[in-house]
Amino acid sequence: MFRWTLRDGTYELEMGREPCNEIGTTVLAELERFLDQVDTENASALIIHSTVRGGFSAGADLRELYNGLMDVPEKEQEPRLRDFIERIHSVMDRIDMLPLTTIGVVHGICFGGGFELALTCDILIAEKNARFAFPELRLGVVPGFGGIPRLRRDVSNAVVRDLLLTGRSINAKKAVACGLASQMVPVGAGLRAARKTAEQANKFDPESRRACKEFMKPLPREELDAEKDLFVRLAMRPVLQAALKKFVESDDPRPYLP
Amino acid sequence: MSASFDRLTQLCAKRYSVDASIIKPEGDIFETLGIDSFQAAELMSELEMEFDVEIPDYELQDIKTFGALSSAIDERI
Repeated sequence: MFRWTLRDGTYELEMGREPCNEIGTTVLAELERFLDQVDTENASALIIHSTVRGGFSAGADLRELYNGLMDVPEKEQEPRLRDFIERIHSVMDRIDMLPLTTIGVVHGICFGGGFELALTCDILIAEKNARFAFPELRLGVVPGFGGIPRLRRDVSNAVVRDLLLTGRSINAKKAVACGLASQMVPVGAGLRAARKTAEQANKFDPESRRACKEFMKPLPREELDAEKDLFVRLAMRPVLQAALKKFVESDDPRPYLP
Repeated sequence: MSASFDRLTQLCAKRYSVDASIIKPEGDIFETLGIDSFQAAELMSELEMEFDVEIPDYELQDIKTFGALSSAIDERI
């Protein structure tokens, strides 16, 4: 499902969970497995890409989230959700701070939690069919995997507000124009472009490369903690559970969100 | 029919390997092309690039037919 290789100083992390790399406990465990063994002394770069047709990632595994909340007594729902959020933030923070040049290759859907994962990368390469969105408000919550602070770190407030407050999606061209992605490439050409970028990173002095990243990409710690609290507070209301129920029970191919 | 309908028809026919004659203004987009929500997002990107427009999702939310879609594109050109 998730596989990785280390070749010539570059890790390639391949996400291949059908239908579209939905992020739940299984994907989290795979990411933790990767992070636990990653050898940062003998590598310079990490490429994260998806092999599933639908895209990079459709976001949180909403079915698992819904079932996970429904399976426990009401008083246990909040602690369970908070544990999950703490765990996913820990994973996102670890990827964000890796002393490697991290390159995300995005094709197709890059929504919600998938977008949040992409935002942990240092460099994003968007294939022409890539589409980015934070649909969380349409479910009655806000992004909860660190997406708001990381989006604010990367792009202008006008785009941040538009994406968050309307739940709309943007294409690859717009993503490059607003500074979210640095390159737009043809469909299917993202991995090649990422490998070339990684080759460039591999040429540099490791200490300078690491110091440069640490200096220019600090973790927005206070905002990340505040986002966790906000997400859990909003998610504990009936609004989210009603939206998740509608999602789980729908078999309509059309977008179901308001 | 709207100015963009013919271009929309050609793009969809080529992209989804369907006969252009089955694409009618009143035809349902999902049913005619047999696409899912992932492919719909992809189509949206292609249309935005082809027509050099941005169409927010909420403007497309209630659009079901090719005719309505081409009208939405025309409003943004």
